[in-house]
Amino acid sequence: MSIDASWYLTLAAVLFTIGAIGLLVRRNVLVMFMCVELMLNAANLTFVTFARKLNDVAGQTAVFFVLVVAAAEVVVGLGIIVSIYRRRPGATADDIHGLKG
Amino acid sequence: MTNLLVAATIPDAITFAVAAVICVVGALGVVLARNPVHSALMLVMTLFGIAVLFVEENAQFLAAVQVIVYAGAIVVLFLFVIMLLGVDRREAFEREPLPAQRPVAILLGIIGLAEVLLLARGRWPGGARSVSAALGTPGDNTRLVGQSVFTTYLLAFEVTSVLLVVAVVGAVVLARRPRHAPGDEAGPAGATTEPDEATDGPEATDPELTDSGPAEGEGDGTAGGGRTRDGELAESEVTSS
Repeated sequence: MSIDASWYLTLAAVLFTIGAIGLLVRRNVLVMFMCVELMLNAANLTFVTFARKLNDVAGQTAVFFVLVVAAAEVVVGLGIIVSIYRRRPGATADDIHGLKG
Repeated sequence: MTNLLVAATIPDAITFAVAAVICVVGALGVVLARNPVHSALMLVMTLFGIAVLFVEENAQFLAAVQVIVYAGAIVVLFLFVIMLLGVDRREAFEREPLPAQRPVAILLGIIGLAEVLLLARGRWPGGARSVSAALGTPGDNTRLVGQSVFTTYLLAFEVTSVLLVVAVVGAVVLARRPRHAPGDEAGPAGATTEPDEATDGPEATDPELTDSGPAEGEGDGTAGGGRTRDGELAESEVTSS
């Protein structure tokens, strides 16, 4: 018998909180992006936990789709970050306050 | 902790504890490391810990995908961007435009976490156990996930492929330097206008250079992309040194 699901959910909540705090605290755009990935992974852990708890494979399928969306998001987001840094090297999130480059 | 040990066998408990510690330490490392490269490596640590937890939770296929896609592709992409842009210097923590933001953010996060843990204390939301799409035995995992993706969620799968195409096109468009914009001719420095004129040279015989941009611009953009990227590398080396 494996660990009770509540431990996994608690761990996922802790990971999500760390990611959210990091997103609010850090100024580097890349690190903020990594914090978003952290939050996505916490949500994935919750999905898989409920898939096991409810004995339903649909939770794992949802994680599969989350992975694909995360990959697409990273590709486009990093493209935006590259074009931002190309115009203003060393920009932080505070410097990007106007939509015009 | 006694609850943990009563409910589970010892190897499971040890695996969970070790993976959980790895995950939390990695997550804290992502947030606390000042160098973005260290943050990315700490992110790999967290992702591996979560992959271990996936195996522990009978999701072997997702564990493999997690390692391959996240640690193998996404973090490598992050590292590429960090190194190519030359932003791997330390963040200036001293200059705080909004001094109250950090304590307030930490307080808000801790309040939210405490709220979740207190409200759900002992009564995590449950639900009826599935009767239609059972998880099966560990050896069945990949087959069951595949069956689920290609039958029940086939439409979502197709939409996902559209999303990937859109992402690829968006990345290509974002990575191109906009050369046909009217104000850009005078904008860049001499080092970048030189290669642009060189690539424009053969095309200059074409009378409608600016109008026929998109079709010819594609092939030309890739050729010019290599040159401008070299120019950027030189720029970033100059700024870092």
